[in-house]
Amino acid sequence: MLKKILSCLREYKLPTVLTLIFILAEAGIEALLPFITAKLVKDVQESAPMNDILRIGIILTILAIISMMCGATAGFTASKASTGLSKNLRHDMFEKIQTYAFENIDKFSSSSLVTRMTTDITNLQMAFMMIIRMGLRSPLMFVFSVIMAFVMGGKLAMAFVIVIPVLVIGLFLVSKYAMPAFRSVFKKYDRLNESIEENVRAMRVVKGFSREEHEKKKFGISADDICKDFTKAERIVALNTPLMQICLYFDMVFILFVGSKMAIIDNAVDIGQISAMITYGVQILMALMFLSVIYVMVTMSAESTKRIYEVLVEEPSLQNPEQALKIITDGDIEFENVNFKYSAQAKKYALANINLHIASGQTVGIIGGTGSSKSTLVQLIPRLYDVTEGSVKIGGVDVRNYDIDVLRNAVAMVLQKNVLFSGTIKENLRWGNPNATDEEIIEACQLAQADEFVQTFPDGYDTYIEQGGTNVSGGQKQRLCIARALLKKPKILILDDSTSAVDTKTDAFIRQGFKNFIPETTKIIIAQRISSVQDADMIIVLDNGSISAIGTHEELLKSSHIYREVYEQQTNGGDEDEQS
Amino acid sequence: MSNHNSGGKPKIKKDVFKRLMKMMFQFYPKLLPITIICILFSSIASSIPDMYIQKVIKIITNSLETGASWQSASEEIIPMMLFLVVLYLISTTAITVYSQFMAIITQGTLNKMRQSMFKGMQNLPIRYFDTHKHGDIMSYYTNDIDALRQLISQGLPNLLRAGTIVIAVFCIMLYYSFWLTLITIIGVIFMILVTKFMGGGSAKYFLKQQKSLGDAEGYIQEMMNGQKVVKVFCHESEAQADFDEINEQLYQDSYRANAYANTLGPVIMNIGNILYVLIAVLGGVMVLNHFKNYSLSGLALDVSVVVAFLNMTKQFTGNLNQVTQQINAIVMALAGAERIFALMDEEPETDEGYVKLVNAEISQDGTITETKNYTGQWAWKHPHQADGSVTYTKLEGDVRMFNVDFAYEEGKTVLHDVSVYAKPGQKIAFVGSTGAGKTTITNLINRFYDIADGKIRYDGININKIKKSDLRQSLGLVLQETNLFTGTVMDNIRYGKLDATDEECIEASKLAGADDFITRLPNGYETMLTGNGSNLSQGQRQLIAIARAAVANPPVMILDEATSSIDTRTEAIVSAGMDKLMHGRTVFVIAHRLSTVRNADLIMVLEHGKVIEKGNHDELIAQKGHYYQLYTGAFELE
Repeated sequence: MLKKILSCLREYKLPTVLTLIFILAEAGIEALLPFITAKLVKDVQESAPMNDILRIGIILTILAIISMMCGATAGFTASKASTGLSKNLRHDMFEKIQTYAFENIDKFSSSSLVTRMTTDITNLQMAFMMIIRMGLRSPLMFVFSVIMAFVMGGKLAMAFVIVIPVLVIGLFLVSKYAMPAFRSVFKKYDRLNESIEENVRAMRVVKGFSREEHEKKKFGISADDICKDFTKAERIVALNTPLMQICLYFDMVFILFVGSKMAIIDNAVDIGQISAMITYGVQILMALMFLSVIYVMVTMSAESTKRIYEVLVEEPSLQNPEQALKIITDGDIEFENVNFKYSAQAKKYALANINLHIASGQTVGIIGGTGSSKSTLVQLIPRLYDVTEGSVKIGGVDVRNYDIDVLRNAVAMVLQKNVLFSGTIKENLRWGNPNATDEEIIEACQLAQADEFVQTFPDGYDTYIEQGGTNVSGGQKQRLCIARALLKKPKILILDDSTSAVDTKTDAFIRQGFKNFIPETTKIIIAQRISSVQDADMIIVLDNGSISAIGTHEELLKSSHIYREVYEQQTNGGDEDEQS
Repeated sequence: MSNHNSGGKPKIKKDVFKRLMKMMFQFYPKLLPITIICILFSSIASSIPDMYIQKVIKIITNSLETGASWQSASEEIIPMMLFLVVLYLISTTAITVYSQFMAIITQGTLNKMRQSMFKGMQNLPIRYFDTHKHGDIMSYYTNDIDALRQLISQGLPNLLRAGTIVIAVFCIMLYYSFWLTLITIIGVIFMILVTKFMGGGSAKYFLKQQKSLGDAEGYIQEMMNGQKVVKVFCHESEAQADFDEINEQLYQDSYRANAYANTLGPVIMNIGNILYVLIAVLGGVMVLNHFKNYSLSGLALDVSVVVAFLNMTKQFTGNLNQVTQQINAIVMALAGAERIFALMDEEPETDEGYVKLVNAEISQDGTITETKNYTGQWAWKHPHQADGSVTYTKLEGDVRMFNVDFAYEEGKTVLHDVSVYAKPGQKIAFVGSTGAGKTTITNLINRFYDIADGKIRYDGININKIKKSDLRQSLGLVLQETNLFTGTVMDNIRYGKLDATDEECIEASKLAGADDFITRLPNGYETMLTGNGSNLSQGQRQLIAIARAAVANPPVMILDEATSSIDTRTEAIVSAGMDKLMHGRTVFVIAHRLSTVRNADLIMVLEHGKVIEKGNHDELIAQKGHYYQLYTGAFELE
């Protein structure tokens, strides 16, 4: 896992390595400084010649300057490396997601993909920066300082022999107990934030049912609960501070007391050494403290790293075939013994035993109740999902043999849950064809009955669509989506309940336009309204994942009770309701 | 949004900080002062040893010079050590106390803030949610609270601690030697200049980074939500190219922001190191040349003073460095606090209503008596301020609008002179193109928005006099965009009536036609719904929403495109059940599908905020007007 993540460093490997080298140099110098200073102090004490003192002073200053340059450079390269890594990771994730099939997207859910590309990356970036800056430095400082302390202080270094194990065990225990506490409370915290989001979104429901007090109470309970857990976890971590301080204090007293005793009784240490030992004591403890912080950060970011990794290694469930066919002859569609289920574990097939032939240029309507798998059926045509058994053919060739881009450019699908992107109307429409001329765009919009309302906007086709298309109405959005699909000049056009918010008259105009202007295109229309499909060449009635009846409007009125029921409901429904 | 404002210097508003402190003192009037005292004490306590280092070293040098025995030296040293031990023990206790209290204060303050944000938010009018992006509101709860947590738990105590130590050490320095203090001050001024220069750049890029992070998040969100459309249009490479551009910008800004911040630390620390060397050398030179010392203590400059000074220099720079490292966090936290306060300060939805909805017993002769028990009948309790009397009006669901005008924004009239009379038990339908003002009418009836002109009467009572919560409880609302809550299907249905029994909920979902599919779910009514019921189809979600409204059994129902995603066969089942449920109740229906509205008692055809036609289906067909065109539109082309 780590290997995969680190491989994304690419051009930022050099800054990473440089960081490590410079940090190493900086740490080395930092460890040396007290050692040399001790010499200086001793010289002063012993009234050594002025030149000696100045020489040491100059050496020290030069070392400090080198250390500063190393430290600054390392800070610089570390930023480059860590933000570069996260840039590359974001790039790779985005690229990978672009190769995902619908099944992969469903598996992660789009909101989870967003979190993985934002929060998780930020966490990883912080951790990575911390690791390359401190991960090597702290243990090094620790080792350097301990060695120097023993070299210089001799017996005085005993202070650390006592303190280090105490501190290590203490820090370990704190981390050990705090971490699971944090991990569980963070999960709760995420859930709390999710529930806030849910609440913000559903504010009309909350207020509509006058549930404000209920929501406050519910929120209060979970917020208090989280506060309790958070406090508990934080209080454990807060033990680090006194632990650290008491070790430092112990060192201080020990070194001063034992040091002075040693100095006076048998002249075993000098003042310079005592002062250096105090400095080393601080350095050693700081190094340990940082190590525990790194340990905590690494474990905390492990979850994020895992989540990023999952996205990067997910295998797209649809692969482009080798030697893919690049040409689709016509819009002839054939379903042969098609069975389909969304996941291998699912017990029930979403589609069972579908056999169907649609001739090129035909208009086909699909009618069926909620959950009858209408959308599933058409999604198999542009290979948004692959069949579980059987095959779907276009122009007599299995869709799995076509190049995916070629296939999807030939099959224009207007999804049920459709979106426009932030940008002008023109920019949105050009998704269908980046090279479309203004005339072509207007033509497509006229066909989709969108031109009229677009013209009424002050900025016309340059009107800016807000994120999520919030500044156009549902019906307008649907018509723009149809226009966008038309610009592809597809061989097959699929409308998945794409005119539900469009009034019947406009709906009829749209279909009339299809008939007159794109006669060769195979048109598949999923609809709730019988009026949207009744003039189709063929109507398919789906029920519970299988074909219940096929025929023209007149035929189905006679043969299919489902169809007849729906039809009567929509034409005479009012009278029946009054009787009930 | 304010955290996305680019460039410019970060403005730390003094009053934001003041208000935050005031709030914390109010929350913890005892704990917080104790904490502060403990921090001050322990900080001073950790500066004092510097003086002892000097004294001990002095004793050592003296003994070495005079050849005095350990015996005599220990007489001085041991009491000092004992004093240090006692001081340290007290200090450790103080540290333990403040760090524990700080954990409690941090989480407690955040919890209280979070709760008062949420409570405040619940009281805000719908207008607030219609005019603010949900992502922005969420970021108050996540990003801004997190930044605040950093400030309270780390920033403030560290600042206080470091500040105290710096001052204490400074005093001790003066106590020993003016000259050496002067050198330190020069070093510190240098550090401050460097910090100002680099810190300014850092803060600038941090704000820039914040903005480009927002841009990147926005783009990612949009693309992930539209990923299926991207695939259908083979738009992958274009999306990637656009993303790379945004990603590069984010990298540039965050790399710079971090570079400034990361470089500052080592630079300050090493200026500290140079200062350390400088003190050692100059101090040494001064000692050797018996330089005249000026100090508060009047002590002569000797090695012991220099050594103590060296340690103090380390402490001094170390703590200054701490402060510089906190600057960005503080700037960000205060900006966050400002936004949080802005949310808390939002004007809440006002409710001047005093007419309440009560359970009622209605006797044969029509007298209404209030009762605490559920009777299936309600009445409006109307206290009259003038004479202190109370009258009861039976809740019937008679809703009338007289000449109503309304505009969401001043000058942009959405409804113009609209009058609607809905008698109890009637089904009133609104038909018209999107933007004609259909939903606006329902927004006004339940007072999500208040009318600009005209009047609305509910059972003859001005709706402004009715308590909002009671008014809304008497109106069942089913919206086109279905929002379900995380919880079981049963929980979601019960949302309509919190004390409903399981049987009532099941009964309601049968009426709504939802029982059939719910029982086929893996765990039936106990199936968990998450992510707004993402495991259900849109139609199924609408059915649950209808069941939720049905269980409340309100006298008036508002169905705003409530059945748009349900196929007509299921809709027939739903409406059959609903008609049973709605018997004797008033229903407002908004629908595109004319089959949904054709059996309405009154159909209002709206266009551009005006009622252009009204009447029942047959009357409107006979009029051969707009409705007729709509109704026959689909067939006229045949």
